[in-house]
Parts: sequence; C-alpha cells; structure tokens
Amino acid sequence: MFRAIDKGVRRKGVVTIPLPIVPQAPEDARELERAGLELEERVRKAFGRSLAIREVDAGSCNACEVEVNALSNPIYDMERFGLHVVASPRHADVLLVTGPVTRNMEHALLQAYRSTPAPKLIVAMGDCACNGGVFRDSYATRKGVAEVLKVDLCIPGCPPRPIDILRAFSTLMDSLR
Amino acid sequence: MTENRLREIVDSMPSELPSAVRSSRVRGEEIWIEVERERFRDVAAHIHNSWGANLITLHAVDNRTSTGDFKVVAVLALKGELETLTIMFPVEPNEPRFPSLTPEIPCADWYEREIHDMFGIVPVDHPELRPLVLYDDWPEGEYPLRKDFDPHRRPGRIPSAYRFRRVEGEGVFEIPVGPIHAGVIEPGHFRFSVAGEPIIALEVRLGYVHKGIEKLSESTPYDKGVYLSERISGDNSFAHSLAYCQAVEAIAGVEVPERGLYLRSAFAEMERIYNHFGDLGGIALDTAFGVGAAHAAILRERMMAMNERATGSRFLRSVNRLGGVSLDLDQEQVEAVLSQLVILKLEFKEFVELITGTPSLLDRTESTGRLSLEAAKDLNVVGPGARASGVDRDVRRDHPYAAYRNLSFRVPVRSEGDVDARMRVKIDEVYESMSIVDQALGNLPKGEVTTPKFEIPPGRIGMSLVESPRGELVHWIISGDGRPFRHKIRDASFHNWRAMEVAVLGNIVPDFPLINKSFNLSYSGSDL
Repeated sequence: MFRAIDKGVRRKGVVTIPLPIVPQAPEDARELERAGLELEERVRKAFGRSLAIREVDAGSCNACEVEVNALSNPIYDMERFGLHVVASPRHADVLLVTGPVTRNMEHALLQAYRSTPAPKLIVAMGDCACNGGVFRDSYATRKGVAEVLKVDLCIPGCPPRPIDILRAFSTLMDSLR
Repeated sequence: MTENRLREIVDSMPSELPSAVRSSRVRGEEIWIEVERERFRDVAAHIHNSWGANLITLHAVDNRTSTGDFKVVAVLALKGELETLTIMFPVEPNEPRFPSLTPEIPCADWYEREIHDMFGIVPVDHPELRPLVLYDDWPEGEYPLRKDFDPHRRPGRIPSAYRFRRVEGEGVFEIPVGPIHAGVIEPGHFRFSVAGEPIIALEVRLGYVHKGIEKLSESTPYDKGVYLSERISGDNSFAHSLAYCQAVEAIAGVEVPERGLYLRSAFAEMERIYNHFGDLGGIALDTAFGVGAAHAAILRERMMAMNERATGSRFLRSVNRLGGVSLDLDQEQVEAVLSQLVILKLEFKEFVELITGTPSLLDRTESTGRLSLEAAKDLNVVGPGARASGVDRDVRRDHPYAAYRNLSFRVPVRSEGDVDARMRVKIDEVYESMSIVDQALGNLPKGEVTTPKFEIPPGRIGMSLVESPRGELVHWIISGDGRPFRHKIRDASFHNWRAMEVAVLGNIVPDFPLINKSFNLSYSGSDL
C-alpha cells in the first residue's frame, strides 16, 4: 500500500487530481440544489433521518438503472440530501421497482417485499413499472407493479430524468403526512 | 463477386457435401443456401471451421401458414470478407428436430436452447437441453414464437425446479448470487462452485427479464417497432434502433440521405462514448479506486447531458426513424457538441492517466479474468471483449453501415485478454469514437436527414449488423403485413455471457464483480 502511494506521489506529485472544470451548468446546479433541499426537509420531517432505498429491477431495459445510478454520481450526489441506496431490502424504507414485472422476476420481487420492514413504501419508477409500458401486452410480463403490490407512487417517464426522480420523492414524503 | 464466393464455398466442400445443398442464391452481399436437414450440421461446421466464419445468429421461423413447415436459419460471417452466408433448412411439423450444431460450434448452445423453448423444435445431440428463458414453471406444449400462440395469453405455472450444473468432490461448495444484487444492476443468477478461494465453475442463469420482445414485435407496426427496439437494452438504445431501422430499410430497398447517415454514425459513437465512460468507471469502482470512479461518473453524466441538449434524450431515444433520423443539427449545435467533446477529451486524458498510473488498480486488473484467443473464437465472442483477446473484428469496418465507409478510424486490438486489456481497448475506442464524431459532424453533407415515407413490402428478409458499444448485434426481419412476420434480435451480450463463464475460472470470487464489469453485459438484451 505504502509503495503504491509512494510511487503515485513520486510520479505525479499528488495521488489525486483536482477536477479541471465546473461539472454542470450553474442554472442546472441551482435547480438541483432547490429540489434536493426541498426533499431533504421533507425526509427529515417524515423520518427524522435519511431515507433508505432498495432498487429492484423487475424487467427494466436498464435505462432506469442508469438513471438511478446517475443519482449517486458526484453531480447529483443524492446522499447529501439524505437519500441512499442500500444493498438489501432488509435495510430499506422504500422499494424502488423498475420494469413491467416479468413472469420470471415476480417471485423474487415478492420475496424482496416480504424482507422489507415497515413502512414498505413501494415506488414504481418508469412507464413500464407504472402501467407495463411498451411491454404491457406481452405473455411474459405483468401490466406494471400495481398488479402484484400496492403502489404508493408512480414516477412516469421512459426513463424519468434524475432530477424528476428527486422531485417525485418529495411528493412521496408529502403523501405520508 | 459474391457469385464467385458462393462457387468457392461449394468447391471447398468435401466431396459428399455439395449434394446436401438443394438450392442457392445471391442478393447483394448475402449468400443463401438451402440444405438438407440431416446434413445441416456437417455443412455449417465445415464452413465455420474451414472459412474461419463467425456464427451471427441461429434461429427458427414458423412458416407453417405458407410453406407448411418451420425453417431454421443460421447466418455466418465469412472471416475478412464482406459477405454473409445464410444456411437454411426446413423442419417438418410432425418431426420437429434437427441435428444440433453445439457439438461442433459451441456458441450455438444458447441459440438451440432458445429454439427449443420458443418453437418446441429439438436439437438432437445437444449436450444439455435445459430451458433458457422460459423457466421450468412454464407449461409443456406452449411455444410462444409459434404463430398459433396468442401473444396476450399468460399461461399458468406448473410446479418444477431448475437443475443447476453440479460440481462434486471434497471441499467443493456452491455460492448462489442473485437474481437481485447488492448494487443497482439488472437481475441474473450466478452459481459459483468453489474449492477454497478459486472459482472452479460458474453457471450464469439468465432469463429473469425475459419480456417476449420478439413476439411483441410481430404485432407492432414498423414505426412503433423503432420505439420498441429502443427498449431492448436501454443503454444501447441507439444501436438497437439503428439495426432495426437498417433491417427494415433493407427490406424496402430504401436509401437514407447522406446527411442522415453521417448523423447516425455520430450519434452511434456518442452512445459508445458514454457507455465506455461508465464501464471504465465501473472498473475503477470495483478496484475500490473511488476517485477514478467519481471522475468517470462525471464524464458520463456530462456526455449524457450533452446527448440531451443535442437530441432531447439522454439515451438518444426517438432519434432514429425509418429512412433516417428524426432531427437535424444546425451549425450552432454541431459546434456546441464538438467544442464540448474537445473539453471532454482533455478531461478523459487526465482520467486515463489517473487510472493507468495507479498501481493499486493495475494490480487488480492485470492477469485477472483472462479469456484466451481460442476460447474467444470458439464462443464467437464479440466487441471489445473479443478485441482484447486478439480477435480483430469490428462490424463498422468489416460490414460498414451508416457513414463508416467514409470515416477513418482504427480498431484497437490487444492480445492479453485480461481485465486490463479490455479496459485499455475501451480507452482506445473512446479516442477513436471522439475522432469519428469529429469527422462526421465536421463534414456533414448538405441535404435532408430522412427519406419520405415509403412502402415496406411483405415476405422479404432484411438483416442488419451494428457494432454496439458491447459489440456486434443483429436484427433479422421477415416482413409481414405492416409489421415484422418474424423479428430475430441478437444482442452482443448473448454471445459474451458464455465468455464470462470461462474467463472467471481460476480467479477468486472477489474478482468476479471486476471481471463482470470489464465485460459489462446486458441482461435485458440477452433475455429479450
């Protein structure tokens, strides 16, 4: 370990490098900040702590996953607003479900639901999860999450943009009052 | 030219084989031969081996309503040649079987299991004919891609359990992982057999996100089919919709205006760039190099934001349309994209220096997850994963489409076949892609970006190969009445998942996520 750092320091002078330029347009950053702070306030009011999210892909095309992952990147960095993605449904307040619920994922989704402690909030993210989307008439899928679980909030979009996901969580927090 | 190739192929066959060929024809750069069912394996294996050909797709068509039989179709790409060779044979409904290709061409394995699931046609001598995407709880006698299967009916479940491959012996134990993983990724099950730390066997079980896309496509009008094809694999939306459009355009015999072709190439490379940023960041993340991962995440986000500014979609969706693209870029937009790319290139260079100058990262990537050239060839691995193992193949160069014929680029190839080689191939590809976008947008021809609406005649076949960020993907369509009669989709991942099973052998379990990330395969694209 020491050798690695030593080599890095000798080669480059520093082990890390500063970010060369501003990562995001200022107006986008302000908009994000506003949405994030609103959300943070609501999460604190409802939970008195941060909100733990478990994402379950129940047949998504992976675009929704790309956007959920984007929320953790240094630009959105949703953890600063008190939202974080947890590794197990057992640690989760919210199941964030994507995809129309395929026949082959239905069982795993229900298992994840059973493993989630109260309040077991269910958020259906993306058009597929909301109503089956383009796959709703297939032999291999359901017509959205609501066919198998009681859904607390739908976030439409194909896929919804990261900032829209943050705003939707504010709506979810409002509905808990 | 192509006629000569056909003659060469037939002449090269051992004396007993030419009589198996019932008919042949040539269309553009496609050669078609129809063979006797019982000698399909011999003919296909001979051409595959002696011509160094790649299996591009193997699938069936339910033709009972017109010719009274099923057709099985195998498409091979001849090594180093423009031509593709399609081998076809009929299968009688009362005798639904054919000689399995898997013993000769290992890559045929999943294709044949899929044909068995979807059509109920049995590949005789297949080494392990288990279900692929229709699980064991699927009732027998229900075959979704047969024409008499109602696409909207959801058959009930029957009680049954899946048999995994078992490794037995003292000290051997199994680690089941998935389908739901700790990270935000797609679902799939990995069954490791280990003795101590090293992995001695891995079975990848997929199918969790099977959505019946091929069947859906048969009831989806062409214009909506573009929308559907964008949802085969989200982060490869543009590559899939491009392949779909090109296949339909081939059926209609329509030429896309030059400007549309250049824009398609530019957008396809923009998709590759943001995907490769993500993959490289994933490698940094899985080697616990958080700084590198954060840099890559910023690069990727900026690329996607740029996609949105240029096209309205972070995933370049709704950009492709039949006959061209749905939007044009004016001079101001072109300059915005190009100047943004210059900045991104400088930042990317810094990122590359950072990760390739970090010994703790290289210590994890070098010699990890090695895929030999031999295995890569046997399994017909495609894309960066193949090129990192020494396979010099890239659809953009070998079967050019869009504007690639007029663009100059290098195809990076390495020989080590480990995580490090895959990482470095992707790094080099990002630079090439940036150069391609620069060339394409810098030399945009004047004119329209799309052709006027056109007729799509029924009963014709169109095929399109596209080099997606993950590698070669295929759309193969028989046209029907205003929609595809049969639509075969093959994502790069469908071939490359098998490579994962081989590349992890002898590695320790904690290196699995890293190896997985270095391939970064699509589950949705593979399961369809």
